[in-house]
Amino acid sequence: MAARFKGRAAVSRPVAFSSLLVMPVTDTDTTLLDKAAEKAVRATPVPLAYRVRGLSDRSIAWLFIMPTIVLLLAINIFPLIWAVYLSFTNFRANRPNAEIDGVGLTNYQRVLTDPDIWQAMQTTAHFVFWTILLQMLIGFALAYLIDRKFRGHAFWTTVILIPMMLSPAVVGNFWRFLYQPQIGLFNYVYSFFTGVEPSSFEMLGSVTLSPWAIIIVDTWMWTPYVMLICLAGLRSIPDYIYEAAEVDRASAWRQFWSITVPMALPFIMLAVLFRAIENFKMFDMVVLLTGGGPGSTTEVASITLKREAFESWRTGRASAFAIILFVAVFGLANIYVKALNKVKQR
Amino acid sequence: MRKMTKALLGATTALTISAAVPTVSQAAELTLCWAAWDPANALVELSKDFTAQSGTEMKFEFVPWPNFADRILNELNAGGKLCDLLIGDSQWLGGSAENGYYVKLNDFFDKEGIKMSDFAQAAVNAYSTWPKGTPNYWALPAMGDANAWFYRKDWFAKPEIQAEFKAATGRDLAPPTTWPELLETAKFFNGKDIDGKKVYGAAIFTERASEGITMGATQALYANGFKYEVTPGKYDMEGAVNSADAVKGLEEYKELYKCCTPPGYTDAYMGETLDAFKSGQAAMAMNWFAFFPGLVKDENVGGDKIGFFNNPKGTTSASTLGGQGISVVANTDNMDGALAYIKWFAQPDVQKKWWSLGGYAVHNAVLNDPSFKDSQPFAADFLVAMNQVQDFWQEPSYAILLQAAQKRLHDYVVADKGTAKEALDGLVKDWTEVFEDDGKL
Repeated sequence: MAARFKGRAAVSRPVAFSSLLVMPVTDTDTTLLDKAAEKAVRATPVPLAYRVRGLSDRSIAWLFIMPTIVLLLAINIFPLIWAVYLSFTNFRANRPNAEIDGVGLTNYQRVLTDPDIWQAMQTTAHFVFWTILLQMLIGFALAYLIDRKFRGHAFWTTVILIPMMLSPAVVGNFWRFLYQPQIGLFNYVYSFFTGVEPSSFEMLGSVTLSPWAIIIVDTWMWTPYVMLICLAGLRSIPDYIYEAAEVDRASAWRQFWSITVPMALPFIMLAVLFRAIENFKMFDMVVLLTGGGPGSTTEVASITLKREAFESWRTGRASAFAIILFVAVFGLANIYVKALNKVKQR
Repeated sequence: MRKMTKALLGATTALTISAAVPTVSQAAELTLCWAAWDPANALVELSKDFTAQSGTEMKFEFVPWPNFADRILNELNAGGKLCDLLIGDSQWLGGSAENGYYVKLNDFFDKEGIKMSDFAQAAVNAYSTWPKGTPNYWALPAMGDANAWFYRKDWFAKPEIQAEFKAATGRDLAPPTTWPELLETAKFFNGKDIDGKKVYGAAIFTERASEGITMGATQALYANGFKYEVTPGKYDMEGAVNSADAVKGLEEYKELYKCCTPPGYTDAYMGETLDAFKSGQAAMAMNWFAFFPGLVKDENVGGDKIGFFNNPKGTTSASTLGGQGISVVANTDNMDGALAYIKWFAQPDVQKKWWSLGGYAVHNAVLNDPSFKDSQPFAADFLVAMNQVQDFWQEPSYAILLQAAQKRLHDYVVADKGTAKEALDGLVKDWTEVFEDDGKL
């Protein structure tokens, strides 16, 4: 084992790139990967080696990651900084000839005191809370069942995963038809079990039902994703822990609450984080289902933001709203990740 | 090495030449952007004559109505070169003129002898001028249009239905001429069983995302005396936008929506209205004149089965304006070709053919023709409508103004939020903020 470590240290020792060209491969303990790396080094044209001669490993590393960093700066960081700048101005993207004036904190003040924006935030919170709650409960239950490894469980796992493989655009249109009060299957199924006239209620047109209509669709589509993560969590629990619990005559109920849930908790929390971030910025599916309506009943924050930015063209105000949303999501996600790390360290 | 250099030079030259060839042919091309709807197909047919005469190949970019404003305004804002010619909505004139997206056509019209007096005055004001009503022309009136109504003439003609209607209302069944009559007729038909099928009173506009509910509700608002300002040009909206008459108009529109539209009709615009009527669900429906030629030809509900009527009166006669003018996009690479198309399109003969193909010409040579009124079953109504049209704000901030209207109207009519007065008060508040930001208040 010591020789193995010695060999690895020899290969990973910082050496000039060009010196690798002449370094003989004499270590008999060299792995296949090492051999491949040596082969690549030998194949490197000599002129290139000359060009990079004198560069440190750190410089070479920078050279390699520079394109990624440049892209990151251009696509993520610069627009973010630019949006921060715009949020303090009266800029409108559809008024290229208009003078851009600084307006201080006016955009932030208007966003934070706008009852419509708060309404959109409430709608978003309602959507995020209920979708996550339902997806966690159903997703975990499904994962628990699938983990029992009954006959045909692989087939049912595949069937359950189908909704999350579909495009949100397809799902939105598909469910829009299902919810049609006159021809939609959803109303007919409900009618079959309750005897209520199918066209007597409108899932997408009712102020009361439409928020639940979008929750149902999101739950249908993304519960399989949560199930997958939970399943990974359940399968990571070693069998010997359950065997030890059996020896101690712990009941199934006790095993579930004392072993299964605590050990799967980091995975469940991860699923909550992923789904919360995703649903906080939910846009496409809601647009296709209700367009934010009726009225503004299902207008989640991202739809309000889109309307502000690309329909009303109040770019400055939209930027302020976007920054507020970003800070909120970033802050909450950070707090949550810290909590997640604590759970993992237990 | 020398051979290789020669080969490289040869290849480069060949590439340059081959790249230049399409550039030459592109100069004889024009791209016209418009909404994807029936009249656009007629324009494709009409434009074949232009291609035959000028040798310029016409390309078309038609965008479905719900995405039309988003797509094209994004294109203009981004300084894109997609469109050489644009048939844009009348409300875009203010912004497009002030932002330099459209070419001002006054000098061109003067040079080519194109007179705006040859076109219907209301159409010129609505589709060509900015500031509105001034002799500053940014477009040539291309497509006159207004919101109007159509109904199942065959159902209205059934003796048993007529008798039932007379017994229920005390008057003869006929296309409604006032908003109370419209409501009464819609309520009469709603839920009735006709030809073994349950039917509904009226299909109207309720769409939330783009402009639908505003274009529908303003039919009731304008007819009840709704005005945007107390004093035109002063932006003094208090008492005009939220006047008692306007409140009454909005309440009537909501009543019509609540009582008599087909189920699931919470987000309906042009397509949904046509579907409801064509599928035999609605006794009456509203839509733009642009669709009427297609409706007349419809196998199931066209011909003798369909009739048309203008927007019923309230305290006044009014119709919501549709339609567009054709403009030259300022950053076109083919300015001469685009202007040549405008010149060609303005000719009386071309305008006559435009009408015959299903386009709504507003050239006086077409409208004043004695045979015009009888040329289509809705032609006489079109003439009346074009003389009573009212348009939404054409201000550069029209998009914000429209979004505010969409929200307030949909919240009240469809989502039952607040009262009509509160909705219109809210609209005054929103619009006041917009005009304050613009420095107009």
